Formats: sequence, structure tokens, C-alpha cells
Amino acid sequence: MATQHSRSAARLMMAPAVVLLLGWMLVPLAMTLTFSFKQYLPLRGGDLGWVGFENYVRFVTSSSVWPSVQATLVIVGGVLLITVVLGVLLAMLLDQPMWGQGIVRILVIAPFFVMPTVSALVWKNMFMDPVNGLFAHLWKAFGLVPVEWLSQASLASIIMIVSWQWLPFATLILLTAIQSLDSEQLEAAEMDGAPPLSRFGHIILPHLARAITVVVLIQTIFLLSVFAEIFVTTQGSFGTRTLTYLIYQRVLESQNVGLGSAGGIYAVVLANVVAIFLMRIVGKNLDA
Amino acid sequence: MPRAVTTRRKTVNTLAAWAIGLLIFFPILWTILTSFKTEATAIADPPVFLFFDWTLENYAVVQERSDYMRFLWNSVIIAGGSTLLGILVAVPAAWSMAFVPSKRTKDILLWMLSTKMLPAVGVLYPIYLVFIQLGLLDTRVGLTIVLMLINLPIIVWMLYTYFREIPGEILEAARMDGATLKEEILYVLTPMAVPGIASTILLNIILAWNEAFWTLNLTAANAAPLTAFIASYSSPEGLFYAKLSAASTMAIAPILILGWFSQKQLVRGLTFGAVK
Amino acid sequence: MYPKTSLCVASVIALAAATAAHAQATTITIATVNNGDMIRMQGLTEDFTAKNPDIKLEWVTLEENVLRQRVTQDVAAKGGQFDVMTIGTYEVPIWGKQGWLVSLDDLPAEWDADDILPAIRGGLTVEGDLYAAPFYGESSMVMYRKDLMQAAGLEMPEAPTWEFIKQAAAAMTKKDKEVYGICLRGKAGWGENMAFLTAMANSFGAKWFDGEWKPQFDGEAWANTLNFYMDLMTNYGPPGASTNGFNENLSLFQQGKCGMWIDATVAASFVTNPKDSAVADRVGFALAPDNGLGKRGNWLWAWSLAIPAGSDATDAAKKFVAWATSKEYTRLVADKEGWANVPPGTRTSLYENPEYTKAASFADMTLASINTADPNRPTVDPVPYTGVQFVAIPEFAGIATQVGQEFSAALAGQQTVEQALGKAQALTADEMEAAGY
Repeated sequence: MATQHSRSAARLMMAPAVVLLLGWMLVPLAMTLTFSFKQYLPLRGGDLGWVGFENYVRFVTSSSVWPSVQATLVIVGGVLLITVVLGVLLAMLLDQPMWGQGIVRILVIAPFFVMPTVSALVWKNMFMDPVNGLFAHLWKAFGLVPVEWLSQASLASIIMIVSWQWLPFATLILLTAIQSLDSEQLEAAEMDGAPPLSRFGHIILPHLARAITVVVLIQTIFLLSVFAEIFVTTQGSFGTRTLTYLIYQRVLESQNVGLGSAGGIYAVVLANVVAIFLMRIVGKNLDA
Repeated sequence: MPRAVTTRRKTVNTLAAWAIGLLIFFPILWTILTSFKTEATAIADPPVFLFFDWTLENYAVVQERSDYMRFLWNSVIIAGGSTLLGILVAVPAAWSMAFVPSKRTKDILLWMLSTKMLPAVGVLYPIYLVFIQLGLLDTRVGLTIVLMLINLPIIVWMLYTYFREIPGEILEAARMDGATLKEEILYVLTPMAVPGIASTILLNIILAWNEAFWTLNLTAANAAPLTAFIASYSSPEGLFYAKLSAASTMAIAPILILGWFSQKQLVRGLTFGAVK
Repeated sequence: MYPKTSLCVASVIALAAATAAHAQATTITIATVNNGDMIRMQGLTEDFTAKNPDIKLEWVTLEENVLRQRVTQDVAAKGGQFDVMTIGTYEVPIWGKQGWLVSLDDLPAEWDADDILPAIRGGLTVEGDLYAAPFYGESSMVMYRKDLMQAAGLEMPEAPTWEFIKQAAAAMTKKDKEVYGICLRGKAGWGENMAFLTAMANSFGAKWFDGEWKPQFDGEAWANTLNFYMDLMTNYGPPGASTNGFNENLSLFQQGKCGMWIDATVAASFVTNPKDSAVADRVGFALAPDNGLGKRGNWLWAWSLAIPAGSDATDAAKKFVAWATSKEYTRLVADKEGWANVPPGTRTSLYENPEYTKAASFADMTLASINTADPNRPTVDPVPYTGVQFVAIPEFAGIATQVGQEFSAALAGQQTVEQALGKAQALTADEMEAAGY
């Protein structure tokens, strides 16, 4: 259907987006690559010359690297698991007939509109604070010792905060998908006496597969670079130092731009490995 | 569509959904409530929910200390501007990917998404140097461009998935009738694509509004949006819960209201091609 | 300025001058911390702009962590975003040495540099040049509850030892009533737990580096420091201590949940303020504890105003800095908000002012604490660095924050003191090597 004419027109139309993104990717990437091969310490006079792969070796042999990759994966995986599972359940509930559906939907999507810094501040101070937080009061009301959330359950707390922000997004996409499900098919299955669990497993879940992969893909992109939530709450202590945060510490706290840039390159590689892995799955699902 | 259900089941559904909805909304509600308390009431033990002396003092203090309208205006310009710019660049790109796909379309799309994975902290220093050279530090133009670039992949992707759902036959029919490319886009595609574009715009405004790394690090006084406004109320020496809550409420209120009013549009297009 | 020969001419000229001044009004951008004293300064700027109609002030008020990140980034990359920066005694010597700050030796005579407290002035001077003007200064001291102390049958000496602190903490702790004998910082960060622990370590005879810049966490002195701290905190400290910084402890103390609190002297005006503090009338003060080794566990810090070398409005910035750190500013605050609220800890004249010492019961102890801190000889043994609760080298902030995270994790019970010290030693050695020592 595409003529030669429309093909070249199409290329022309794509050009601005491609050129802009290429520039946005290449310029900082090239600079980061250059810095990563240098001893670059702004607080000691800046560029102190080429050092080969020293920064790369130093970054990867530091004792904090593997824990940080692990923390990154735990946070991404944890949030994905929670938002997808709760998202599916919530979407199914919201799909049911009820009174005030519109208002409930508004309540549920509200956290998505809150700035990450604000939500981290609110959770940290007003809920998770072991003395003044609401959770502490709740625990005490039941005669329990308040949990020191951000130190004793630091990773879980951060997963909880981030999940709260992303649950609405997952729920919305999954809800749209559920609503597109042919209800006659479900009713037929119900008539046939299929138990709820098997209806869920055989009809609903396969139908949602595509929506779930989309949720996973989009969220992963955002979750790999989670920063504000950690900066505000634990500042990377108690095992919550993700790869992004480790790079932040190298570049801004230690002001070692060379070392941090090497870390940045590692992060790009890791992100792309995850991306390719995801694309494989999603690509298949989206083509189907 | 409407399924026949018993009133009892509907009641159970309603109760469960409302309970969960309120639970999810509670942190925001609590923040709003706290913003009307005094600092001492805000940390009272046991906590008070509704029966306290409501006061507007915190809002007065916040307004006196920082010029809220200026931060708000910067947020509006930056979020709105980056969205508009992004849509202008993304619509043609997404259109051509959806209707004139080539072998490489998918690769280009995936590559675009992968640019979002560049960790911002890793490239702050280079971007900062570039911005100094271009004189873009602390300007709304600079921030608008950066936020547009950050969100462009998402915009392109969202539009692409939406455009792809538009049946090709309609286009062919239009072409048979002798419609030019311009007419095809203007009169045939655009009306069908409006819901998708609307929800893309909304999502992008939300993402740009809430972006808190670049907006903090590339601004000082002139272009600082609401994320910087918040940073002046978190964790000072002394009590701060009530004032922080007031500032937080002021920072999220505009986007919350926008989101609530437009949630139908937002939801309609927010499928990312997930629904066939 | 203009001869008043003719009213008409004068007014025409004045009008022209005003228009001209308006046309070229200099704008200075001031980056500052969101602490109470700075907020107050922001509220009083009308006094400055009335005197200097040709200068316009733009404020960038940020939370401490964000501010530090912003100004360091900007000064290191020479972004030139700010004309006045609020920085501390840690940054001033490092940045001054780099030539990144404008020398303030030419401030007007009435600013009276000789009135600045010698310890503070020493911390802001690099090779004879003053590079920042102190806005408020602080040391650390013991704040305690007189009533609880009395109930425990003890009396706080003016200069307690660590042993006494432990004894008193044990006697005051009533966990069932949510009263904890001692509150100390546990939150990770070079300006949080490490400020306290480094100062405490000084009084235990510990140090960060020896003469060859070898980290010293494997020595006995650090083990003693950390074990003592851990013993205090786990037995007599509040829950969640590993996430408590200045603010968290302040609110605990104000709510009457702490028997003693060793922290910044500026906290004294918060805990004795009846509006916010439930225990305002029952607070006593004492010097930070020691171990009889000749050093006390108190630090020295001054939030100061400095002008980065890249500023294009140096003269206007100097006028502002001189105004904000002057004796007149102190008087202005005293007139509007009372003597107890003036920025403390920078000028000798303030502590000689009977009106101030009457209004601020903590004045004497604050001054004594500041005077016992010596940034140039911070430790028992000689060391190659300056700085009491920090080491004035650019790498310190990054290293100490990571070390602080290890110590904080130990306090949270996630690792032992030995493990934390081992990791601290390894990572410090690592970073120092990377920096080329």
C-alpha cells in the first residue's frame, strides 16, 4: 500500500524525532565515555589526564557494586510483582458493578499524580517515622513495638512507597484490558460450571497477558532509575543503595566524575540487557 | 455489557472497592488534613483525625515565604511546553511508523525507548557543562527541551500503538477518493486519533510535572518549578510536618485536579496497545 | 550625593538617578538552607533593599542535602548560577584553596572582622584570607532534663565525663513511660551521625588518618568509641535511633522523651522555646563529655555566606553578605523577634551584651563550647588534617557518608561493630587510593 512517495515522506516525518533523540543520546554518552577514561576530579582541579580502564576496574571491584545491582533488581522485581498482582485483583474488582464506581476510580488513581519527592516525604515522615508516624501509633495501639521501617525493613519500605505510586498505572491499563474482555465468554464459562479459579486461569489471565507485558515494560524503564524515593528516605543506607544511587554517590558526593561516569556506562549496559530481555518477550506479545 | 447481579453481591463489591480506594487515597487525605493543623497538633500523640482547630496558618506562612504563583507558573510552562513540543515532533513520527512501516520500524521504536534508560545521575555532569555553554542553565527553555526529550520516547510509543489501532481500510478508502497526504492526516486520521492524542498529552503533563531530578538540578531562581518549591520545605531544623503538608498540597493540587477532571480521557487512550 | 541648590534640579536628577538605577538594578541570587534563622533573614530583606534600592535579591531556599548538591555541582562545573552561597566550615577551606571563592578581606571597617569569634574565624580563613562571613555558628553540648536528673538523684557537672553520661542515661531511662536516657544521632551522613561520632572519637583519642593518610578504623580507639556509643544507644536510646538525625532527636526531646541529648548548640533555643517545647522550663546545659584525654566530644560548625569567584555581581553580593552578618542585622532581629532569636555563635560582642545573655540561658555554655573546639588541633594525637567533626579534604563527604551508612547499619543491628569498622577501613582506604593519596 505504501508508495515510494509516501515512503520518503514517512522518513522525513520521522526525522525530527530520530535526530533529536540521537543527539540527546549521543552527546552525553560521548562525554560520559570520555570522562570515564579520565581521572576527573572537579574538586582537585578537574581533568587530571587519561587513565585507561582504571575507573572501570575500580568501579566494578568496589565492594558496593554487587549489593547495589542486587538492590536494584530487588526493587524493580518487588514493585513489578506487587503492582501486577494487586493491579489485576484491583482491576477485576473495579470491573464489577457497584455504586460510585467513578469516585472509587478517582481515589485509586490519585497516587499517580503525586510527585515522587512528595510521596517519599509523606511516607517517610508521616507514616514510617518510628515515633511520630501513623504506623507507630497503630502498632502501639495494638500493644506492639513500632517497626523501624526505614532501617529494619528498608528495602520493603521503599518497594512499598514506589508500589503505591505505580499501582494506579498498572490498575488502569489492566482495567481497560479487562473491560475489553468479551463478557459473554465469561458468562458461558460460568454457566458451564467452571469454578472461579479456572475461569480466571483460562480466560482472564491469558486475555491480560498483553496488558501485563506492557505494564512490566513501561514500569521497568521508570523503575530502573528510581532516585528521589531513595534520596529522600534512606540516602542509600541499610542496603537500599541501587546502582543509580551508587553512581550518584560517586559523581556528586565524592565528586569523582571519572569513576561515576564509568559506573554510568555500566548502568547503560545493564539497562540495555534488561531492555533486550524485555523486548524479546514484549515484542513477541505485541506482534501476536 | 451490564451483567445481572444480585443486590447483595453489588453491596459487597461496593464496600470492598470503597474500602480499598480509601486506603489507597489515605496518604493524600492525611497530608491534606495535616496541612490544616498546627505543628504541635501534627505530631500529637495519639494522632487526631478531624476534630482539631482547623487553621490556614500554614498556607499563609508558605505563601509569605515563597512566591507560589511563580513556581506554579514555571511548572505550567515547562510541563505544558515540553508536552506540546513533544507532540509536535512525535505525531508525524508515530504516524509514519504506524502507517508506512518498514523492516526497521520496530528497531527504531525499541531504540527510542532504550534512550530512556540512560541514568540521569550519570549524565548530569556532561549535561550541566553543555547547558553552561549554551547559556541554558536556569531557563525555562532549557528545561522544556530536556523534559521533552526525556518523555519523547513514551509519547512516540503511545501514539504509535494508538495509531496502529486505526484500521488501514479507512485510509485506503480516502486515498481512493483522491485525498492527499495532508488531507488524509487532517480530516481522516486526526479525528480518529484525538482520544489517543488527548490521553498522551495528559500522561505526559503528569510525567513532566512530577519530574524531580532535572528540574531541581538545572534551575536556580528563574525557572524553578514546584519540585524546587517542595525542596525548601522538607526537613529543616525544627518542626515541619504541617508546613510541609501545606506545601505538598499546593504542589500536587493543580495536577490532581486536572487528572480528576480528565480521567475519562486519560483512561481511554492509556492502553499502550495492550488491548486488541 | 547631589548638591541641594535647587529643589527642582535635585528632584529631576534624583528621578533620573532612580530611573537609571532601576534600569540597571543588579540582581543577586542567594542559595540558602531552609533553617529557621535563614528563613528569618529572608523575611527581613526589606531592610536591606530599602538601603540598597539598586540591588534586587532572588532567593533559592533548599533543604540541606539538595542545597549542598546544587552548590557543589555549580561551583565545581563553574555554572555561575549563584552570587551568594550558604556553605559551612567544611567547604570553605577546600573551595578557598581552589580559588573558587572571593576573598572577603575588604568588607567595610564597621563590619568589624575582629569581633568574629576566633575559633569560627580560623575555620573560615585560608592562608590568611577570610573567604566566608559566618551567619551563625555552633558547637555541640549536652542538653538534659533537670527534673529527670533530680529524680534520678544525680547532679550534672558542668564538664561531664562519658562514664557519667552512661550512668545518668541508665538512671533516667524508663522505657515503659517512653523516656529514654539519651538521644544521639544515628542517621547516616557525614553531617549527621558522622559529625557526632567523629567529634566523639576525638575525645576517645581516635582519629581518621595518621601522618601518612592511612585510615585508622582498625585501631583500638575507634573500636572503643563505637562500642561505647552502641552500648549507650541500644540500652538507653530511643527506638529507630538509626534513622534519627538532628530533627528527629529535636522533636523527641521537645516531647519530653529524652533525658539527655548531645547535639548542636543552636538546638538550645528550640528546646527552651515554650511554644514548641513541652519541657522548655526544665532544660539544663553542660559541656560535651570527655574521657580525660584532653579533648572533648564537641564540634565546630558555622553556616556562612560566601561569594563564588564566577559571580558577575561581586560588589552587590559583598554588600549583602556584610549586611546579613553585621551587628546591625543582629539588632534588627532582636528588635523584631527578641534577643533569644538572633543568630548565635559568631560575634564576641553578642556574648558581652547583657540583654542577650539574660534572654538566652544557654549563651554561656554555647560560647564555652565554641571556645573549646579547635579545628586546627582536633585530636589527641597530631594529624595531617584540620576540621573537628570532619576532615577538610574534598573526598571526605563521600567517604564519611558511606562510613556513616556502615555505622548506621551496625546501630540497626544489621552487622557487628567489628564488621562495620572493617568495612569502613576498607572503603576509606579504597577511596583514598582512588583520589591519589
